[in-house]
Amino acid sequence: MFWGSVALFALVTGILALCFIAPGFASRLSSRWLVFGGGLVMPSVILTALVIFALFMGERLIASPQREAPLRVEAHAAQWNWTFRYPAVDGVAPTMDRLHIPSGEPVDIVITSADVIHSFWVPRLGGKLDAIPGHENIVRLQADRPGIYRGVCAEFCGEGHTIMEFTVEAHAPQDYESELRQMDRTQ
Amino acid sequence: MYTPLSSSAHTPGINADVWLLGITFVEISAMSAAVETLVSILKMRAPGMSLDKMPIFAWYLLVVAAMMLLGFPPMILGSILLELERAFDLPFFDPTRGGDSLLWQHLFWLFGHPEVYIIFLPAAGAISTVLPVFARHRLIGYRGIVVSAIAVGFLSFGLWVHHMFAVGIPHLALAFFSAASALVAIPTAVQIFAWLATLAKGRPRMDIPMLYLSGFFLIFVMGGLTGVMLAMVPFDWQAHDTHFVVAHLHYVLVGGFVFPMLAAAYYWLPHMTGRLSVRGLSVPAFWLLLIGFNMTFSLMHLTGLKGMPRRVSTYPGGVGWDWLNLLSSVGGFVLTMGFALFVLDVVLHIKFGKPFRRNPWKAASLEWATPTPPPSYAFASLPHISERADLVDPETLGPRLAAGDGYLGLARNNWMESLGVDMTTGKPDQVIILPQPSYLPLLTALATGGFVLCLLFKLYWVSLVPLALVLALFMVWTRTSGLKHDTDLLPIGRNQSAPPHVQAAQAPSYLAMVFALVGNGTLYVSLLFGTLFLWLVAPNWPPRELIETGLAVPALAVTASLLAAGLARRAVRALRDSRSPVPALLGATIAHLTALGATIWLVSTALPDPTSHAYAATSFVVLAYCALHNALGLIFAVFGLWRWHDGFLSAKRTLDLRIGSRLHDYTGLASLAGVGLVLIMPKLVAMTEGLAP
Repeated sequence: MFWGSVALFALVTGILALCFIAPGFASRLSSRWLVFGGGLVMPSVILTALVIFALFMGERLIASPQREAPLRVEAHAAQWNWTFRYPAVDGVAPTMDRLHIPSGEPVDIVITSADVIHSFWVPRLGGKLDAIPGHENIVRLQADRPGIYRGVCAEFCGEGHTIMEFTVEAHAPQDYESELRQMDRTQ
Repeated sequence: MYTPLSSSAHTPGINADVWLLGITFVEISAMSAAVETLVSILKMRAPGMSLDKMPIFAWYLLVVAAMMLLGFPPMILGSILLELERAFDLPFFDPTRGGDSLLWQHLFWLFGHPEVYIIFLPAAGAISTVLPVFARHRLIGYRGIVVSAIAVGFLSFGLWVHHMFAVGIPHLALAFFSAASALVAIPTAVQIFAWLATLAKGRPRMDIPMLYLSGFFLIFVMGGLTGVMLAMVPFDWQAHDTHFVVAHLHYVLVGGFVFPMLAAAYYWLPHMTGRLSVRGLSVPAFWLLLIGFNMTFSLMHLTGLKGMPRRVSTYPGGVGWDWLNLLSSVGGFVLTMGFALFVLDVVLHIKFGKPFRRNPWKAASLEWATPTPPPSYAFASLPHISERADLVDPETLGPRLAAGDGYLGLARNNWMESLGVDMTTGKPDQVIILPQPSYLPLLTALATGGFVLCLLFKLYWVSLVPLALVLALFMVWTRTSGLKHDTDLLPIGRNQSAPPHVQAAQAPSYLAMVFALVGNGTLYVSLLFGTLFLWLVAPNWPPRELIETGLAVPALAVTASLLAAGLARRAVRALRDSRSPVPALLGATIAHLTALGATIWLVSTALPDPTSHAYAATSFVVLAYCALHNALGLIFAVFGLWRWHDGFLSAKRTLDLRIGSRLHDYTGLASLAGVGLVLIMPKLVAMTEGLAP
């Protein structure tokens, strides 16, 4: 998208500059060619391709039913902190402002809110979904490698919005449950 | 700010009420401007100017005014509902009582996206007018541009959801709105390439307005390209609510509005002042603005992609945002210096600019045919237009019009007159007799402001005083318009004649009523759909209590409202046949009173407490809307009787009754739809009760 944009930008400014620098050459351009070709045909082709590509990319982020249902965790937002629950792992207490997920596999995050609209966003994992009171939103994310990823609230939610951060810790899948339980005891 | 953060629980105090009521007040005035613009463009063009001869700028403003008429009502409704929630605890957006914050987002963006194009299109109109002057070539692709502007108008109503990609909405809706968002780039591209083609075919010369227009091209095209990126849902999920969006929207708005408007200011200021620009400052101001703007906002693309969210008061150091933000801040100062230089330039221009005779840019549009600066009457006589109105020669036309060689180059009865024309062909069909200069409009506006202020300070009973004052002032205002005797056709010059507007089939005020009702209807339809939206989507349904009423009272309310509409039509017919309209109007008055009583009974006794659940709250507002219109109907019916009594009405002069009749028709339909919906709601609730999880 970036290089495509650069090319289109160069095209438009190029024609604009030509009109002033070399009016003789510019006047030989057919205006029908410019208006229909540049205004109608070119964007139609580019946009169709782009929209179809984006739809396929988007599929991967949407929690569509799969043969093997991914792990589910819950993210509950309130002014101004995040509570993460792990209903799939028995007997683990909720964690505050720190989400533990396994790496290398998709995880469904069920996002809810206690008061106002917040938004769950971990920039390096991509995808962003609002936490809306009274609604349940699900985003499907995948951390390719174990590690620490930082997350923020991305929808203005009052005075504490700036400091409403959290971290995501991705564990190797085979150690996930044991490390989660261990964490639970040390907390 | 979204609900529920902006509801009284999370934002107590008067501050939020100030902007809510302020926005409602301003938008209602914008609606009036939209009606005024639509009617002026459609009915008050120069004679002979058929639609296809309109200057391109008029086409753009026609589309913009129509968009305002349909785009602002959802926002007005949204702010009224939120204010009702804040002031009276009606839970439209409170999820614990069956409301939904998403309703606010839908209403807001249903306004908010067309609004972006409402900002851009007038600027595009200015570009289409100014650019050909400096290209020294007529605008290429006039028809294509008209079609594009209309297409943008239509499409802009189909993409509000692209501001809400991250709220969790159905899959197919995402695909639809993503495609629609990409689609709107096409008519915009057509306009840009038509402008480029005009420049390519002409012999362009660089002057101050053209310099600012090239700034528009540079900035706006970049904003458009990032816009296409954001229309792609997966990209948007990442960039939404980051500084990337901040950069995008500034590129679109500053590129698409500020730079064209600066060009327009340099182009039309001489028209207003009669002086030429002082050149020394305009060029450095341009470069400061261009460099400062790009330095501030182009870097924000990067800050955003590096994950910096919007609306934060501070950020942690060491994540790669520091130097980008520092440079953006420096750019901000450069930009400010550019604007300061521009303001200084305008002041110097007004003080020291060199006076000129006529048409300094060698333009070919009508406005340069007036004297400059223009006198209060603009044209001494009206031209006859036989070719496209932006391809005329002001040098020869101006002196002819000033000498009175056109329509209405005469004075009679001390009237202020203008011509009304057929909407499509532009043939003159009436003489519009304008009201004399008066302070009444100002006083009415002040009284309206007083009403809003009373609401702001929660003086609800006191607010009835300014409200009554508004009504009284409107009534006094009507004394200055209308004729008490039938008139023969009035000569208008060029051997033609036309009836006064009160005797014409389609007076501007009649058309204004029709447009006002279209805007009003949009608000009402948004309200009805909002009611159904909450029923289908909001959490915590069904409500515990439903309305308890038989069929009798609702049927009475609806029948009486429809009867009033029928009687009002009968009054018009009676008047046309030279009979007295009094019996029919009296009947309509009684019918409205009956409907008003029945509706108020429904609200006060049959409906559960409106603060208990969003169901009761929406039903309450729907019924209150119907009652308000019955009250308006009552006023219009009595007004009709008054006008008859004072001799303003005759078989030829039916205008006042015809205007009223449209309102009565509307009230009948509104009552049918509103009371009907309130009756059906309990059945709908019962239907989904079984499905509720």
